[in-house]
Amino acid sequence: MSSVKPPDIDLGQYKFGWHDPANYVFEPKRGLNADVVREISFLKNEPEWMLKFRLRALEIFERKPMPTWGGDMDGIDFQNIFYFIRSSEKQSTDWNDVPSDIKNTFDRLGIPEAEQKYLSGVSAQYESEVVYHSLREDLDKKGVIFCDTDTALREHEDIFREHWATIIPPGDNKLAALNSAVWSGGSFIWVPPGVQVEIPLQAYFRINAENMGQFERTLIICEPGSFVHYVEGCTAPVYTSDSLHSAVVEIIVKEGARCRYTTIQNWSTNVYNLVTKRAQAHKNATMEWVDGNLGSKLTMKYPAVWLTGPGAHGEVLSVAMASEGMHQDAGAKMVHVAPDTSSTIVSKSISRGGGRTSYRGLVQVEPGAKRSKASVVCDALLLDEDSRSDTYPYMDIREEDASIGHEATVSKVADDQIFYLMSRGLSEEEAMAMIVRGFIEPIAKELPMEYAVELNRLIELQMEGSIG
Amino acid sequence: MADPILQISGLEVAVDDTPILKGVDLTVPQGEVHALMGPNGSGKSTLAYALAGHPRYEITAGSVIFDGQDIVEMEADERARLGLFLAMQYPVEVPGVSVMNFLRTSINAIRGEDISPRDFIKLFDSKSELLGFDRSFADRYLNTGFSGGEKKRHEILQMAMIEPKFAVLDETDSGLDVDALKVVSEGVNTMRGPGLGVLIITHYTRILRYIKPDVVHVMFEGRIARTGGPELADYLEEHGYVEFGAAEEAAAPAG
Repeated sequence: MSSVKPPDIDLGQYKFGWHDPANYVFEPKRGLNADVVREISFLKNEPEWMLKFRLRALEIFERKPMPTWGGDMDGIDFQNIFYFIRSSEKQSTDWNDVPSDIKNTFDRLGIPEAEQKYLSGVSAQYESEVVYHSLREDLDKKGVIFCDTDTALREHEDIFREHWATIIPPGDNKLAALNSAVWSGGSFIWVPPGVQVEIPLQAYFRINAENMGQFERTLIICEPGSFVHYVEGCTAPVYTSDSLHSAVVEIIVKEGARCRYTTIQNWSTNVYNLVTKRAQAHKNATMEWVDGNLGSKLTMKYPAVWLTGPGAHGEVLSVAMASEGMHQDAGAKMVHVAPDTSSTIVSKSISRGGGRTSYRGLVQVEPGAKRSKASVVCDALLLDEDSRSDTYPYMDIREEDASIGHEATVSKVADDQIFYLMSRGLSEEEAMAMIVRGFIEPIAKELPMEYAVELNRLIELQMEGSIG
Repeated sequence: MADPILQISGLEVAVDDTPILKGVDLTVPQGEVHALMGPNGSGKSTLAYALAGHPRYEITAGSVIFDGQDIVEMEADERARLGLFLAMQYPVEVPGVSVMNFLRTSINAIRGEDISPRDFIKLFDSKSELLGFDRSFADRYLNTGFSGGEKKRHEILQMAMIEPKFAVLDETDSGLDVDALKVVSEGVNTMRGPGLGVLIITHYTRILRYIKPDVVHVMFEGRIARTGGPELADYLEEHGYVEFGAAEEAAAPAG
């Protein structure tokens, strides 16, 4: 069994909270206006249509009010944020060419090691841009495209433009508009028809600077009959003032294709994590979101699948853990548009130390989506009296013959469970950790082993010192 | 007589501030099997939980010397690591945790070193056969969806794998049919020897036909009311607990 382990460094409970001295390629500026957007586009040497797209999105962002239905976002000061930081002159395909302090960071996060062991491609984003990138040669030969989104715009403009913002237009919501205006980095994946990418592709996102805004934009296109599993991980330093991560992820899964998208998000507790993720599943296509939310100050994220082709299937498996000072407002959306579509949502949340988790989900069955099937299971586990869990399940069913199941449970760890395990020699902390691991097992078993180990390890880190 | 593995003196225990045990004295020499009988509500299970260290069972007076050490202040896990085992009347469900994972974690914790996967499988295979389980049982989630009989056999399987110095069997016979009772008893009899003391807590004499006790104690209203040889169990089967003051209907021990 191997796991990715950073060296032991004691930074309190959050083990990824160090930061590097800031070395920027140009002096970054705080705040947002049309000039900032123009500068980003200029620095990236973008085509005119993209600059127009950005400026239009900025107008939408400025016009739309902040959403108030979810978590508390009053602490976000959009004029105090750095919207673009360039940390390296160029992107490397060899770790030795990455600036040494940035390479050290990724070494400490175990990325190069993981790349050698169990990945077929890696992308590492530091602040606004991808600094390292690799793809296994055999996949390259099969025609798979895996690159950062800026490169994709330069080198694959036709495929890019055909699909860009077709799933999440800038007007979708205020944060999607913001991302559309200032996006930078992220992953672009195109899998040719019939090609199966058996080993996961991974992207790693690292925020380093204080008050940084990271706005990566990911676009994945699975051509008919293809398969890809994409994994992303995220960390940031611990700072006293807040940073913002606001990504947009669009996925198009064409006929008979399958895409799995796994996130293990472990932002520090000064990061607002406000992400829009949506996939479109065509005829007989399958889209699976596996979403682990272990960090951040506030996460609002509801991975969605639009089931637009007959026989399409969507799945969301979601684990959230909230400790002190954290609010995980996570969930899923399934929109059944075509007949014979099916969807499954399994959400597991753990609250401890005064943390708060919310499940917010939507199942929508549109007229014409005959014989749709949807199942929602959301379970919450409270580890103490101070923590909180809420469930907001929305259902909008417009077909008589839809089959919809919904189950929700909230449980507390029982003293008798702890006692039973302790009477078999486990310490109280080990007993608690075992109960929590068991609780998330239905989701952990869906992950490749390395990620399941990582998920368990992160949960145990967060639980350190939780007994007492 | 061997040195005592368990020596309880003047033990008083309260649950939610209500006194249940009111001065229990009980000694079990190592290697012996003792039965603790008594009507419902006499305090038998309270004694079991208090010995194992359940935090709800508050020891208010007295001492419990286990293998030469006073364990009153110890947490449940410390007691388990010293070699004390409680086979529970109501084993608790822990969803998502496989029997395999649970047993390995437990054995590693109690031994203080990691058992190799090979040795673990060997141990599991030999003991699970004794208790009537096959390999697939290891993949099931702990006590989740187990039948009553499976739960009790699994308790004894744990005991066989952990190899404690002393085991308390709390109403292990309740809810078992005759076949399951035989399997469980056979399991315990196989473990009997100079290195294992046992306290069998039961309302009925049925299990004592399969596991012969060396000594029988009767508990009534939070105290040991009488101690005798195996013949005391037979006597109780015939006469019930009425002479200790129990009401007629609650008294029949021979179920």
